[in-house]
Amino acid sequence: MSMNQDVRALAELHDNQCARIHSIQGGRGFYSKLQTMGIKEGQTIKVISKQPFRGPVTIQVCGCQMTLGRGMAQRILVEVIS
Amino acid sequence: MGNPNVGKSVVFSRLTGANVIASNYPGTTVDFSKGRMRVEGETLEIIDAPGTYSLDPSNKAEEVAVKMMNQADVVINVVNATNLERNLYLTLELLERHVPMIIALNLWDEAHHVGIHIDEKELERMLGVPVIPTVALTGEGIKTLVARLDQATSNTAVKPTSAEGRWIEIGSIIQKVEQVEHRHHSLRERLSDLSIRPLTGFPIALGIIFFSFWIVRLIGETLITYLFDPLFEILYRPLVIQLGNLLGDGFLYRFLISQTVGDIDFVESLGMLTTGLYVPLAMVLPYITAFYLILSILEDTGYLPRLATLLDNVFHKLGMHGYGIVPVFLGLGCNVPGMLATRALETRKQRFIAATLLSISVPCMAQTSLIFAIFSNPDLPGSNGYAPIVYILMVFSTLVILYFVAGFFLNKFVKGQSPEIFLEIPSYRLPHWKTTLKKTWMRIKWFIKDALPWMFFGVFLINLLYSVGIIDTLAQLFRPVTETVFGLPGETSVVLLSGFLRKDLAVGTLLSFPVGTFTASQLVIVATVLTIYFPCIATFAVMLKELGVKDMLKAATIMMIAAIGVGGTLKIVLLGV
Repeated sequence: MSMNQDVRALAELHDNQCARIHSIQGGRGFYSKLQTMGIKEGQTIKVISKQPFRGPVTIQVCGCQMTLGRGMAQRILVEVIS
Repeated sequence: MGNPNVGKSVVFSRLTGANVIASNYPGTTVDFSKGRMRVEGETLEIIDAPGTYSLDPSNKAEEVAVKMMNQADVVINVVNATNLERNLYLTLELLERHVPMIIALNLWDEAHHVGIHIDEKELERMLGVPVIPTVALTGEGIKTLVARLDQATSNTAVKPTSAEGRWIEIGSIIQKVEQVEHRHHSLRERLSDLSIRPLTGFPIALGIIFFSFWIVRLIGETLITYLFDPLFEILYRPLVIQLGNLLGDGFLYRFLISQTVGDIDFVESLGMLTTGLYVPLAMVLPYITAFYLILSILEDTGYLPRLATLLDNVFHKLGMHGYGIVPVFLGLGCNVPGMLATRALETRKQRFIAATLLSISVPCMAQTSLIFAIFSNPDLPGSNGYAPIVYILMVFSTLVILYFVAGFFLNKFVKGQSPEIFLEIPSYRLPHWKTTLKKTWMRIKWFIKDALPWMFFGVFLINLLYSVGIIDTLAQLFRPVTETVFGLPGETSVVLLSGFLRKDLAVGTLLSFPVGTFTASQLVIVATVLTIYFPCIATFAVMLKELGVKDMLKAATIMMIAAIGVGGTLKIVLLGV
């Protein structure tokens, strides 16, 4: 895959922005925890809201909404879909 | 078994007729319940397991689920049709274990409603186990589920694979069986977005919380004034008076009707048939009813996970994450379910903090309703004409501040991890009035079953202590302690002792002392300290089980320190000594 410039952390997206998950950084436990929820490479997600002061991010994935901590959202890298 | 919040408990209730609490947020069921169902003369035992996303548990509730699966002869896998893709992950994991299985494709109506069409026959063919569309809330499909239960089978063709392998498999299943119509943003989705985005979400949250408290008080007071008080005064009082005349003055009269001669006062007389019934039924029950009605509505709409998202930041400062609000909400009704709800938190540190804070600063509704009552007495000395609400607010704001201060320190000093929030946000659902009322009724029944025997026992005990003069002795004995530490009369010791049995009994005891024993400011101190110093026996038992002896001892030490610290501070602030 070409390392295009559009790869960034999920936490940097704005409300209503859609993206495709590029890669997940972190240990095996973290990876598999996300994976059981359908948060995995190639999956399309949409940001619903971000809480202020580095609060959690709510995303739409696999037809349902999930709230995840900002730290987790930092470690999920995505490619923005315009 | 199934993912959290797919309606397992509703299916369970439908199958067994047993009543279990079901709500619209993940983590309602944290322990298993057993029930029986009769099919063609055979009795089957059905187990309702907590929800889990995979067979690799990440909290205590999920551990229970996996343990249950290992014991089961047949697994009924409840799957959320509106979210088939994610739900199939657990289904595939279950298939790999080769346990005989049948699938209830639940929320079938809602899937249609949002434009998701699933070919259940094709799904059944691909998975190799029976698939039955159901709408557990209305009971649709449950008959078919029962009828096909004996067809439950395992698919031995499924071989264990990796997570990646499962997702590839799911991908190909979804492509064949599911069709999604594109729909425009519905009102429901717009509401959902508004209530979870900070700018609009916080005002909405404040509004909902204030409105809830206001409506609980309104319903509670209305029930008391127009229903319970008239019932007791008009219908019950003549009966008691008759019985009193029959008994004459004597030992029995004092136990059953009143310690004092003359007019019977339902609150102060300390008779088992007067105070023992009046306090739980006419003073506490109305508020319990109001509270659980509102809580049930909040639970069933699916609002709580959104509140958890909004408050996540705050709760992180207290060593938990946003889900920590759920034990608080449940605990405001009764601390026991609140304690159990801490199981949905992931680590020991989070559970310890949640449980300790719950026990020190969340009064249950039984206690709260009587706190409302003690400050409503117009003859209260030292109230300087302030409205009761001023004192009630003093008690509650002290407890809120304590929650945050204690949480802040516990976060600093308790070792361990506090992982970030990772929570599913369910779609909003309009509460089904019948289910909501039924759930409220179930909780009221539990209250009556739990409260009445304890209240009887408590009133009996205090009655006995009064008769032999122990109350006065205790009051004398503890006066030096209660006076120096809290600036309170020795009678406080009796209140705190009865608080161990039940907190409402304790406040009830407080009411039985002659007016003037406590001033308004002193009542604020007692009510606050009573919440903090130790949980009631029922909560204590659950807490001990959840935390273990060592952590319970630590928690008890914190309770002591908090009680003395807060009581002492209030003494200086309110009494000026």
